[in-house]
Amino acid sequence: MDDYQMMVEAYKEAGGEDVFADSEVAHVVLERDNILGAHEVEGLSVDLKNREEGLVGVKIEVKEGYKIQKPVHMCFGVLPEKGVQKIDMEIEVQEEAEVEVMADCVFPSAAKVKHIMNADIHIRKGGSYTYKENHYHGEKGGVEVIANSDIKLEENSYLYTIFSLLEGRVGKIDFDYEAELGDFSTMEMLARMQGAEDDEIKIREAGKLKGRGARGLLDSKIAVQDDASAEILNELTASAPESQGHVDCTEIIKDEAVARAVPIVEVRDPEAKVTHEAAIGSVDDTQLQTLMARGLDKEEASEVIIQGMLND
Amino acid sequence: MNSLLNIDNLDLTLENTSILRDISLEINEGETTAVIGPNGCGKSSLAYTIMGLKDYTPDKGEIFFKGEEISGYSIDERAKKGITLAWQEPARFEGVTVREFLSLGLKSRGEQVTEKKLARALREVAIVPEKYLDRNIDETLSGGERKRIELASILIMEPELVMLDEPDSGVDVVALNNIGNVISDFKKENTGVLLITHSEEMLDFADKAVLICKGKIIKKGNPGEISEYFRYECTPCEDEDYEKHTKQEVENVG
Ligand SMILES: Nc1ncnc2c1ncn2[C@@H]1O[C@H](COP(=O)(O)OP(=O)(O)OP(=O)(O)O)[C@@H](O)[C@H]1O
Ligand SMILES: [Mg+2]
Repeated sequence: MDDYQMMVEAYKEAGGEDVFADSEVAHVVLERDNILGAHEVEGLSVDLKNREEGLVGVKIEVKEGYKIQKPVHMCFGVLPEKGVQKIDMEIEVQEEAEVEVMADCVFPSAAKVKHIMNADIHIRKGGSYTYKENHYHGEKGGVEVIANSDIKLEENSYLYTIFSLLEGRVGKIDFDYEAELGDFSTMEMLARMQGAEDDEIKIREAGKLKGRGARGLLDSKIAVQDDASAEILNELTASAPESQGHVDCTEIIKDEAVARAVPIVEVRDPEAKVTHEAAIGSVDDTQLQTLMARGLDKEEASEVIIQGMLND
Repeated sequence: MNSLLNIDNLDLTLENTSILRDISLEINEGETTAVIGPNGCGKSSLAYTIMGLKDYTPDKGEIFFKGEEISGYSIDERAKKGITLAWQEPARFEGVTVREFLSLGLKSRGEQVTEKKLARALREVAIVPEKYLDRNIDETLSGGERKRIELASILIMEPELVMLDEPDSGVDVVALNNIGNVISDFKKENTGVLLITHSEEMLDFADKAVLICKGKIIKKGNPGEISEYFRYECTPCEDEDYEKHTKQEVENVG
């Protein structure tokens, strides 16, 4: 099997759909800094460049007015036990354009792997960008992910992102997403993660609601067990009239795990409003006992509750 | 009729407050015993103690299920023996579908869950299966819908002893009939039912009734009589003569 096939196999094993043969589906396949595959479709260009040593530049542009029918698939990963992957990503969604991207990051045998991603995302007037990122880090906990995103939403644009890591170990994740929202633009940023053993999860998500009528939602659901830790910093600043935001953070802990949630909400206009909700604790007793009264033991019952929360 | 549940001289204290006092009760196979009494008298607490919920460990007394003392068993162990509970205010679960929720009990026993079984249980409580099976059992369900699904989830388990904590509250009159049918079904299956209720209609489905006041059973008998007594003769619990009053009633039961 060549590297390309191995990446596609790893991707499929991590739950990805086999779409790479479909000519109507744009895609990018990268293993470390090796560009293994790229495909464009009408209205969407894919530009890949090996920059300095070990760094790959990925630029995706959706042309004005184009609504890309099938989701773009990106598959990133490191196949060996050790390795580094550095990606500079640039996304341009031009005016009134629309696209959905499904990114899978797979590190199936990772013992000492680093994945560094810097993304610049620009969604122009009336544009829409949906980004679903799914990670599989293997079972050894040897992955470190450092991800930074700078996002700009122009007037009437829309952004939906969901990051999920629901199987295997996390290793270390350090996330920093920052978005600036123009008039009547909408952003929904979701994170779903499950950590165990000595996994470390650190997420910062910030939204600046600068435009009139801008809307932002930051929604994180995290479950940690054993000695894992999670720290979620959610910041929403509303500084324009009629701008509205909501921060929602649920963290369930088990064993010796530690969870922190730091919501920072700031309102700078009397016509703006931001709300926040945070619930951190162990699995709810009434829920647990309801399932136990159906014959599930404590472990099975909390698994049902946690999986339900993460998949919601 | 074989005896299913025997409670002997049960006392329960929660946070230094006496909640149940000297409760003795027997439920036979295929028999429905109604538990009535004012708000806060300890009806739910009695059900929780039988189920073995956290904190509901009796200070005194014994609970026998089919002749075996079960106080030392965990909730799931009791459930595996055939005891279960439909909650007065059932919990909501994010991201769990009605289908999954209904299947959990059977799956945990290694039994197959067929579409037919799921549909039958839901229809029993007047829930249209096609509309609800794939919905989440979260805040989007109305209170009455959630309660009916709770009952369906109990029905599908075919328990030997079930505690129904106000299955009728918050449920509309049409669905109320279905709840009656569910209780009749339990009877047919020889399931013992502890039916906590405030409604006269529900009492029609009971074979026996007990009246609890301030954690004590003050009267046992046939459902009509007990209900009548509770409505017209029972001294309000705030009455300063309460102690004297219950003592006298207990002697009557005695
Ligand atoms: N953890 C607790 N600590 C102290 N008192 C408690 C605790 N939980 C319940 N109680 C009290 O125990 C009493 C019995 O409560 P229970 O819920 O069993 O009443 P109930 O008969 O089911 O009432 P209702 O008809 O309103 O459902 C109440 O007075 C209640 O306030
Ligand atoms: Mg009650």
